[in-house]
Amino acid sequence: MKEEKDILILAIESSCDETAASVVKNGREVLSNIISSQIELHKLYGGVVPEIASRKHIEKINQVIEEALKEAGVTLDDIDAIGVTYGPGLVGALLVGVAEAKAISYARNIPLVGVHHIEGHISANYIENKDLEPPFACLVVSGGHTHLVVVEDYGKYRIIGKTRDDAAGEAFDKVARAIGLGYPGGPKIDKLSKEGNPQAIHFPKAHVADAPYDFSFSGLKSAVLNYLNGCKMKGEEIIEADVAASFQKAVVDVLVEHAMMAVKEYGFDKLAIAGGVASNSGLREAMKSACEKANVKFYHPSPVLCTDNAAMIGAAAYYEYLNGTRHGLDLNAVPNLKLGER
Amino acid sequence: MKILGIDSSGLVASVAVVEDDLMLAEYTVNYKKTHSQTLLPMLDEIVRMTELDLKTIDAIAVAAGPGSFTGLRIGSATAKGLGLALEKPLISVPTVEGLAYNLCGTDKIVCPLMDARRNQVYTGIYEFDRNQLITVEDQMAVSIENIIKRLNFLGREVIFLGDGVPVFKNVLEEKLIIPYSFAPAHMNKQRASAVAALGLCYAKKGKLESAAEHQPDYLRLSQAERERAEKRNGA
Repeated sequence: MKEEKDILILAIESSCDETAASVVKNGREVLSNIISSQIELHKLYGGVVPEIASRKHIEKINQVIEEALKEAGVTLDDIDAIGVTYGPGLVGALLVGVAEAKAISYARNIPLVGVHHIEGHISANYIENKDLEPPFACLVVSGGHTHLVVVEDYGKYRIIGKTRDDAAGEAFDKVARAIGLGYPGGPKIDKLSKEGNPQAIHFPKAHVADAPYDFSFSGLKSAVLNYLNGCKMKGEEIIEADVAASFQKAVVDVLVEHAMMAVKEYGFDKLAIAGGVASNSGLREAMKSACEKANVKFYHPSPVLCTDNAAMIGAAAYYEYLNGTRHGLDLNAVPNLKLGER
Repeated sequence: MKILGIDSSGLVASVAVVEDDLMLAEYTVNYKKTHSQTLLPMLDEIVRMTELDLKTIDAIAVAAGPGSFTGLRIGSATAKGLGLALEKPLISVPTVEGLAYNLCGTDKIVCPLMDARRNQVYTGIYEFDRNQLITVEDQMAVSIENIIKRLNFLGREVIFLGDGVPVFKNVLEEKLIIPYSFAPAHMNKQRASAVAALGLCYAKKGKLESAAEHQPDYLRLSQAERERAEKRNGA
């Protein structure tokens, strides 16, 4: 019997502030996962500066790719396809990865597969959960995205809910700045929350009329800012840990509520979370216990696969590659690329 | 020596292959389409037309700045990707020098002008000594008045080129006190053949770099860095 050949994907990700490359075998086995983070640089500015991010990408990209190949113990000769994030994200940042991937693909005649960044985040769940297969529901929460997605099949997605204003991670960053925690806000609020009382302050949970799965976080953010101003005016002491814990609970409650509602309505027995905020411990715990109660299997990537990385792009590219997706030399970066679009 | 030249520093996208004193092919487009979508298809056209085996390229010369930040990175990332995949070195050719090399052989002073926005030009001052490019003033980002002053001070006949010419023509006509002229259409914008030919000279002098270490020279900080520095100096 002929043994099936392994399929190796070289994946490249540069949509925001991480320059990343990875080699992934058969969509689920990570042979290398190299990430050059720029967080320290952007901290100086309290957030990601697109031009600085783009400059850093071009500086690091070859080293990162070479390291990914070396650590995986392979050369370009072994690579079956190159996967690259082409949107959504910062256009200047995306363009570095896209131009680089196209040039390598062209020079070595290796098929090119453009990947949607969110599809990558969702696919991060395949890497550590060998049993996870579509269909399932997935909540994608990060600094730039808040999507509730029905994964109908590999490469087939339907967005049933999304944020109307701020992304969940964005709200974390803004509130963190307001209580003086700095950037990036998510991990800092998560840590401080553990010392605070989540019931101390009642923040509103926004629901969007006629769109039960949609999210809105700007009202919550304003409520926190109003609360802080109110305390200052009245000369009341602000207990930052309580603010952080109460804010985090308000976000997590809504995320869990919507996700569980989707699972129930669509009849799924599997729920996954993905994206940077998926490493938030409060969200994980709440989602885990809600899933247990509803008898739904809960999946989440480990923290290193929650933040932007190329292994998740490799996982997504593998299934797109099997589906026959190929991109040409004219592939462009699409900063507002919609999930499920080509 | 066979050099692949790439220039996407401005509105023009240009790809060329130069072998010693022979230009095998050049594809130059001055149209609004994004470089990200044009550059590699243009190279592919050259490869097909000239039955070029990319592995026979000795080095890749790229217009390395200044210019449009995004344009520069598309050119650089393309060159870096090709360099990585083909295991070939890169040659960083300063954009303004590449432009000046279009006019190789002239006995006049050459002054490329690239519109740098914010009331500045990317420019430099060059001359030729038996076809060798001599830098009188290295490439810089300055006001048009500043470069006019330098040229007037030099007091020699000058020929201008670059996308800054139509933008600053009135100022030039008003303030120059020296004889001057403008380069004609076929040589007044970025051309990858000039980048490749000048790159070849650099390569012979050993000015090669690895694809990994290459990065554009923007001649300018990002806006965020500039504002941060201004704030700190002001404080």
